[in-house]
Amino acid sequence: MNPNELLEKIAFNVIQGRVEAEDEGFDPGLEGRRGVTELVNEALNQNIDPKKILIESLTESMEIVGEKFEQNEYLIPDMLASAECVGVAMDLLSPHLIKAGVKSKGKFIIATVKGDLHDIGKNIVAIMLKGAGYEIIDLKSDVSTDRIVDALKENEAPFLGLSALLTTTMRNMENVIRELEKQGLRNKVKVLIGGAPTSKEFAAQIGADAYCKDAFQALEIMKKIASSP
Amino acid sequence: MVESFRQGVLVKPYERLNQDQVKWLDQASLDILSDPGIWCYNERAAKLFKSHGAKVREESDSNAKCWRVSFPGGLIKEAIAKAPSRLVLGARKPENRLFIDAEIPRAYFGSGSEANIWLDAKMENFVSEKNSSVKVKVPRYTERRGSTALLSRAAKLCEKLEHLDFFIRPLNIQDPEITSDNHDVNKFFASLNNITKHVQAGLTSLARFDDVVTMAEIIAGGKKALRDNPIISFIACVVKSPLQIVDDTSEKIFAIVEAGLPLVISSSPQGGSSAPIQEAGMVAQINAEILAGITLTQLIREGAPVLYGSVPVRARLDDLHDLYGCPEFNQYNIDCVQLARYYKIPCYSSAGVGDAKVPGMQAMFEKLFTHLYMAMSGAHYIHYAFGLLDRTNCFCPLQAVLDNEQIGKIKHCLREPKINPTEIDDTLNMVKKVMASSHRLFARHARKAMHSGDVSNPYQFETKDMEDKVIENALEHMAILETEPAPHLDSDVVERIYNKVPGLLPGLKTT
Repeated sequence: MNPNELLEKIAFNVIQGRVEAEDEGFDPGLEGRRGVTELVNEALNQNIDPKKILIESLTESMEIVGEKFEQNEYLIPDMLASAECVGVAMDLLSPHLIKAGVKSKGKFIIATVKGDLHDIGKNIVAIMLKGAGYEIIDLKSDVSTDRIVDALKENEAPFLGLSALLTTTMRNMENVIRELEKQGLRNKVKVLIGGAPTSKEFAAQIGADAYCKDAFQALEIMKKIASSP
Repeated sequence: MVESFRQGVLVKPYERLNQDQVKWLDQASLDILSDPGIWCYNERAAKLFKSHGAKVREESDSNAKCWRVSFPGGLIKEAIAKAPSRLVLGARKPENRLFIDAEIPRAYFGSGSEANIWLDAKMENFVSEKNSSVKVKVPRYTERRGSTALLSRAAKLCEKLEHLDFFIRPLNIQDPEITSDNHDVNKFFASLNNITKHVQAGLTSLARFDDVVTMAEIIAGGKKALRDNPIISFIACVVKSPLQIVDDTSEKIFAIVEAGLPLVISSSPQGGSSAPIQEAGMVAQINAEILAGITLTQLIREGAPVLYGSVPVRARLDDLHDLYGCPEFNQYNIDCVQLARYYKIPCYSSAGVGDAKVPGMQAMFEKLFTHLYMAMSGAHYIHYAFGLLDRTNCFCPLQAVLDNEQIGKIKHCLREPKINPTEIDDTLNMVKKVMASSHRLFARHARKAMHSGDVSNPYQFETKDMEDKVIENALEHMAILETEPAPHLDSDVVERIYNKVPGLLPGLKTT
């Protein structure tokens, strides 16, 4: 397979949401054919420029997936499957991109706050942001304020996402922000919050930078942040 | 065996009666048929019963000739055993045929009744008396008399309703040009020219039966083709409850059976007036009435294709009108389904009727209550299921669209469980894979089921804000469905029909 064909195949499989050969994809009859993992490995073996893989196969195809979602052709599982493909491809490409001097879009620390074990929404946001090129550091669920602040300091991460599903735990988001202020870190990090009981008003009340209704809004907000001076 | 047919929904039947109770009801019906027996107002039928061993004696009735028939149990049992367990109800499109096997609980849903009223709906804006900036949209309804054009429109809409498996004319045609003579030919043509699913109706008069059959033969491709693929069938309410065989309907039964076309032997006693209101009494009586009718068909011609047509209803005790959508309706009907299964005869049943006069919460309650329950019972051929309001007096196309969504969900709900060794293997692999992943999310693995239709969609007419817009959304959907062209018959077929069948309204060719 020549390089162009290979790049097209990777893009096709991202759109189909096929991480590996045994995945079904969106169209019928794809099961058993090589998926993103196998194809990206082959592309690297063929010494195809990892930047080219990133731009031509991954970024453009995710835009197509986004359009399909907006047109109701794709549903959330389709979007997640494609985002997972990009995430897996990024894991394979990262060492090569670093060597080539390409930086990620930034470190994004994400966590469900103390006292709350719910992590579905947080995981979906993590998958989608990873698919969009952010380096995700997932602290999982029931995470203390101290651990979150320590992770921010340790990784010098400019982005923080906090999630809560319970009205009793959402207040812990405010504790994290107060602690960031106390330690003089607040201006160095953008804090995004989300979860069923939260709202735009709540975000403003506790001093978060943004409220995300869902993973797609998180992506939109991150795009705006990236494009702002 | 039929090569292609509609799938309906294959259910694991919920049964209300145990086998002893089924046998007690069967015996009670046989006892009723023996004593007091049936009052038969048709001489041919009475003679036929007599020639096969029934005790028949002329009754004194001031209004009409009548024979009292006492059936020996053996005669009924023999006749029932001769009725076919399997039958095909044909359709213009082969994939729309219905295959009914009395021993396979596959449920089909269709329209029904012959309502006089067509109910139109449209949304109108209303302004709050307290605050003129507050506006709401509310559905408003207008009644119209049924006509051939509206029946054509109903058939065209029903063609597009995915979960409607067969079409019983839901509307009585009352154009000024329609007479008792041309009623049947026009109602069958208006239906057949606008739908490719099975078409069924009662006969208004026997006079034009041959013309109706000729029309169907032209469409099906000849005499034999029609018998192989009976695109039409008939409903005969031969028994007037309690226990009286009607003269003119008996003649229709002779004609339909002799023509070799399928028919429903239907009875619809009302618990509390023309039948006992108690479950045992109602079911024993309606079963006796249907068995008498089926016996007549099998004595006319052994193996005549027939459906066990049970429409037991209960009286309202405040005005003695029919009361649908109540617990007793379900109880009576499911008992009849079990009896039909016991006799191994395909069952025609009812669901989706209620007292509600407009679409809304009451209609939804009454319909869901019976749609779901009767499908669970494994009734084969569930009529009345689409668009009826005000009991069986009104057909509302908007309601038919709402019913379609409801029935689709019920069919999905009652699908056979997909639990088998392959599925279990796939599950174990999936669980291992997801638990080894960083996010432990099963969403990606939902895709195959989602795209294959194994996973249902949310309610089609849902609203995401605080207003209930179900009716508004359903009306919009109906408008889209109605822009699609009707599946009209080929013009040469239409010309042949018009040349052979007198009395068809000229405007129906293109309506």
